[in-house]
Amino acid sequence: MVSREKSNQKSIRSMIQENKSTRSQSAVMEKVVPKIFLICAVISIFTTLGIVFTLLTETFTFFNRISIVEFFTNTHWFPFTADKNADYGILALVMGTLTVTAIAMVVAIPVGLAAAIYLSEYASAKTRKFIKPILEVLAGIPTIVYGFFALTFVTPLLDSIIPGGISIFNALSPGIVVGIMIIPMIASLSEDAMNAVPNSMREGALALGATRFEVAMKVVLPAALSGVIASFVLGISRAIGETMIVTIAGGSRPTADIDVTESIQTMTAYIVQVSQGDTGYGTTIYYSIYAVGMTLFVFTLIMNLLAQFISRKFREEY
Amino acid sequence: MSLINKESVKKRMGSRVAANGFAKFLFILATSFSLLVLGVLIYRILAEGLPYLSLDFITNFASRMPERAGIWAALVGTIWIMAVTAPVSFILGVGTAIYLEEYAKKNAFTKFIQVNIANLAGVPSIVFGLLGLTIFVRLAGLGSSVLAGGLTMSLLILPVIVVASQEAIRTVPREIREASFGMGATKWQTIRRIVFPAALPGILTGTILALSRAVGETAPLLVLGALAYVAFVPENLFSQFTVLPIQLYNWTSRPQEDFHMLAASGIIILMIILLIMNSIAVYIRNKFHKRF
Repeated sequence: MVSREKSNQKSIRSMIQENKSTRSQSAVMEKVVPKIFLICAVISIFTTLGIVFTLLTETFTFFNRISIVEFFTNTHWFPFTADKNADYGILALVMGTLTVTAIAMVVAIPVGLAAAIYLSEYASAKTRKFIKPILEVLAGIPTIVYGFFALTFVTPLLDSIIPGGISIFNALSPGIVVGIMIIPMIASLSEDAMNAVPNSMREGALALGATRFEVAMKVVLPAALSGVIASFVLGISRAIGETMIVTIAGGSRPTADIDVTESIQTMTAYIVQVSQGDTGYGTTIYYSIYAVGMTLFVFTLIMNLLAQFISRKFREEY
Repeated sequence: MSLINKESVKKRMGSRVAANGFAKFLFILATSFSLLVLGVLIYRILAEGLPYLSLDFITNFASRMPERAGIWAALVGTIWIMAVTAPVSFILGVGTAIYLEEYAKKNAFTKFIQVNIANLAGVPSIVFGLLGLTIFVRLAGLGSSVLAGGLTMSLLILPVIVVASQEAIRTVPREIREASFGMGATKWQTIRRIVFPAALPGILTGTILALSRAVGETAPLLVLGALAYVAFVPENLFSQFTVLPIQLYNWTSRPQEDFHMLAASGIIILMIILLIMNSIAVYIRNKFHKRF
């Protein structure tokens, strides 16, 4: 009996000892683990810093060789000619980008908004359940597939429709396909915004004798306007940054005077074109992709901040 | 005497109801347009791609002759890139989410990280390519290797994983955390044994969807200098590589019709891979979705 107690005492003592040591271990863990996670979180900041730093330094080198005034005012972009005759006028690329973006928005805004209104105001729960996943599929298709589609289907189709035909590479076909790519995004973001409008408002309007169309246009849409417009702005940002569709179907002829049936070049397509060639490190052309990337980054950043600002500032709370 | 002239009401209602009907028709038309495009896209790719689709197509290397060309190098390259991207982006993304949701105080710094992540999500993928080219390829001296490509892709999909993980962690109810604390568990023990397992299905769903986006991305790896024509598979992290979308881009940009059909065959494979990944994500979401 006595011996048993003794052994028990011993083991309890050792248990306490053990407990103490593990507790100090876990105390260390408690201090170290949050630091590790903090490092993870800070990496996203470093990524942004990395992007800004990279673009700024290389763009700076570029502007040491090419005047910044020429960059923003010249409308010719011919970097591949002999060094002295080379032209670096970003306007040609910006115009190409904006043309494609404009065409894309002409397609995406009406169709996307109409789909959103249909899904949130007219469709039954069953139809919505059927259509939403399909829109998600459209949104998940890789852009390379859309590019292939633009080149091998949309361009020949347009060529047969448009009198006088269309070049193999043109602005219209990638513009339309970029628009199609953005439809799901605008539709789903706008639908979210419209869904957030409380039902009592719809019911009130319906009770006053309004038709569904009038409810959608005069009650729901104005109430959801900030979210809807934010979705348009995000769509524009996506269109500006889109790369593969315009690279494959848009061609590589930078031009500031726009004919949508002719080949153009966008900022993104230019970066791809240079990355694909055997341009050496340190040449002016090499630095030019950073200057173009910087311009692209600034464009999309402004759009993204604008979208965030609109949806925050003008959101109506119910 | 009736106060309401039914005749005129009917007349005015008629045009408004007609407008409603017409608008509804237009809205349905617009919605079906998207469905139609998807249908045409799938039909075209199947029609063009099926003739070249065979086991040889999967196991052959790229070739100048369309009959002999295959996607083996691209397929293995894609797997290599994912082998780097998946763990790196998962650890960084989930770590960030746990920090923001569990540890961070609601101060300006936390808000800054949050805004920063939202903005990163809107940066065009090609800009990530420029980042990778400068930081990983040139500064770190990794060259156009699997490692450089995988790290670039990780940063690209990081915001998506962070947001998805944050939402998953947020849905874990406060009560089970408190129960865990009540039993004497420390914060890290609670996170590791209670919160993380409960949030895992949501985190995995988000991660797989993010990875499937990375599988389809072309632009960043093109900028990074991934090769378009490769007749070997990567041997280690520092090998050169190609991926499926780049191989497809290479075929698409050639003028010959045969290569376009090869591209269509490759697209079928790519879409099957994405379909499988998406199905797994949906399966996890449905199977392990817990209601507390």
